Amino acid sequence: MNNHDSHITSYALNFKVLLVLLILTTITILVIKLHLGAFTVAMALTLASVKTAIVLTYFMHLKFENLILRLMVGGVFLLFAIIIVITFIDYYFR
Amino acid sequence: MNNQTTTTPLNFLNHQTGLWSWLTSTDHKRIGLLYMYSIVTFFLVAAVLGLLMKIEKSAPGETIMTAQTYNALFTLHGIIMIFIVVIPGLAAVFGNIFLPIMIGAKDVAFPKLNLFSFYLFLTGAGLGLYSQFANGHSPDTGWTFYVPYSAEASSNVVIALTAAFTLGFASILTGLNFIVTIHTMRAPGMSWFRMPLFPWSLYATAWIQLLATPVVGITLLMVIAERTLHVGFFDPKLGGDPVLYQHLFWIYSHPAVYVMILPAMGVVTEIFPTFSQKPVFGYVPIALSSLAIALVGYFVWGHHMFTSGMSYESRWFFSLLTFLVAIPSAIKVFNWLSTMYGGSVDLQPPLLYAISFIFLFTIGGFTGLTLGSVATDIQVHNTDFVVAHFHYIIFGGMGFGFFAGIHYWFPKIYGKLYSIRWANIGWGILFTGFNLLYFPMFIMGIQGMPRRYFDYDPKFQLGQTISTIGAIILFTGLITMISNLIYHAYKGATAPANPWHGVTLEWQIPSPPPHENFDEIPVITRGPYVFDNPHTTK
Repeated sequence: MNNHDSHITSYALNFKVLLVLLILTTITILVIKLHLGAFTVAMALTLASVKTAIVLTYFMHLKFENLILRLMVGGVFLLFAIIIVITFIDYYFR
Repeated sequence: MNNQTTTTPLNFLNHQTGLWSWLTSTDHKRIGLLYMYSIVTFFLVAAVLGLLMKIEKSAPGETIMTAQTYNALFTLHGIIMIFIVVIPGLAAVFGNIFLPIMIGAKDVAFPKLNLFSFYLFLTGAGLGLYSQFANGHSPDTGWTFYVPYSAEASSNVVIALTAAFTLGFASILTGLNFIVTIHTMRAPGMSWFRMPLFPWSLYATAWIQLLATPVVGITLLMVIAERTLHVGFFDPKLGGDPVLYQHLFWIYSHPAVYVMILPAMGVVTEIFPTFSQKPVFGYVPIALSSLAIALVGYFVWGHHMFTSGMSYESRWFFSLLTFLVAIPSAIKVFNWLSTMYGGSVDLQPPLLYAISFIFLFTIGGFTGLTLGSVATDIQVHNTDFVVAHFHYIIFGGMGFGFFAGIHYWFPKIYGKLYSIRWANIGWGILFTGFNLLYFPMFIMGIQGMPRRYFDYDPKFQLGQTISTIGAIILFTGLITMISNLIYHAYKGATAPANPWHGVTLEWQIPSPPPHENFDEIPVITRGPYVFDNPHTTK
């Protein structure tokens, strides 16, 4: 594990990440007006997942962790994605 | 038994004395014992409730309690057994006591967090009990808290939900602690595939605790929000969907079955090689099947919902996956039997319980296939068949796994020997009572006896009476077993360090273990089940 090493990210990079997060938040709000029906929730979840991934990668320094840890976090995301998809498949076919 | 005796006068039981030293100890072994004493106490309370329910049903009509009392009792029995006894049970007790020792560590990764988890557990357990008595309205929703009833019932549902939520947090923190411990604190040379199989099972369990428990935590909070703030998540009157509750509840609660059973599988996997004096058969398949059960177990929750109004497509999808999860379970069963085959089998009490585990778990597993198949599930859904299946898996699996574990590790924990004769007698009574209690429920379930019913049609009288007699016998067996252990924890003969000729690390240190387990962290040079040591081979 290299979590005791220091990783200094520049203000510029952090600002860009913040900007991307704000843009995605704005899109999340605007997308409601598109009336996507059953896909509204899917779109909201996708955008939320992207934002979470960005926060984990940059703000929580996952980018600097070793491969095993990144795979574990990725696996957790995949697991929850599958669970949500399975749940919504029920709604889609009901 | 060999002649090696305890040489270290100070051990984890006596290096500090006084109640305060126990209540504030961060020693993983002491915390494990604190869990054990708490869990066994709650278990006995819930067992008495179960016995009372069975006595009520010894004859049709009201016998010793009203219908409302019966509803409250089965709810309390379920909440205590599931959330306080079975889910934390094996991992919190034997995981805490033996995980660090078996991987060659001096403690878990976060000892203070470990103690905090215990107090969270106690808080949750206390809240659960409080919910039964506060304001005179015991929850009567059953342990599953199904909406819309749990969103509307006038009983203390919010307190009971908060209790389950708090207990869930304790479980998450224990899981996190174990994952980090296994990743970072294995002894030098202990690669993943040199790790004993009980820690493997705890590892798979810990991932479920960590990933699935938050789902039910949030779900229970949503029910609380619905009751108190009238937010429409699940109640159709508020625009919610009750089936969504069932999805979210079972997304956790089915994997939770594997939180209950995987550590028990790990315990018996330690017992078979020791009492066969033979390396475990199929080490790698057993290790990987634990992970496979944990993984596939995430995706089968819908088989609890076949009659809930779920879509047809989802029903066959979940049915298929349910059949798939039987494969890694069967791999374990075949490997346990193969471990004993050709071995020097010594039928001591731990092995008796472990073999009983296979027998009962297999019956529970096969009847699980009946419930995993949509067509047959619809016939027996919400009948006593489900209750019988569940108890064969959970009590026959986790319960007998726990009994196997305590009989196996008792000499190591207390440095004392129990009476083999009384242990065998206790096992015989318990095993007989268990089958008399639960097997008739399969038959009554197929005949149409609904679960959770206070009264029944007189045609079920014979089965109910046999079941009640079984409950009394089972309870007698429990008392016999526990009395034997308690008496000999104080009065038993001194146990040697390695009474069963085991080869994993816990048997290489004194009984009881020293405060910090090892004077020097061992260096591991081979796999965990090599029976070539002349001091440990009979």
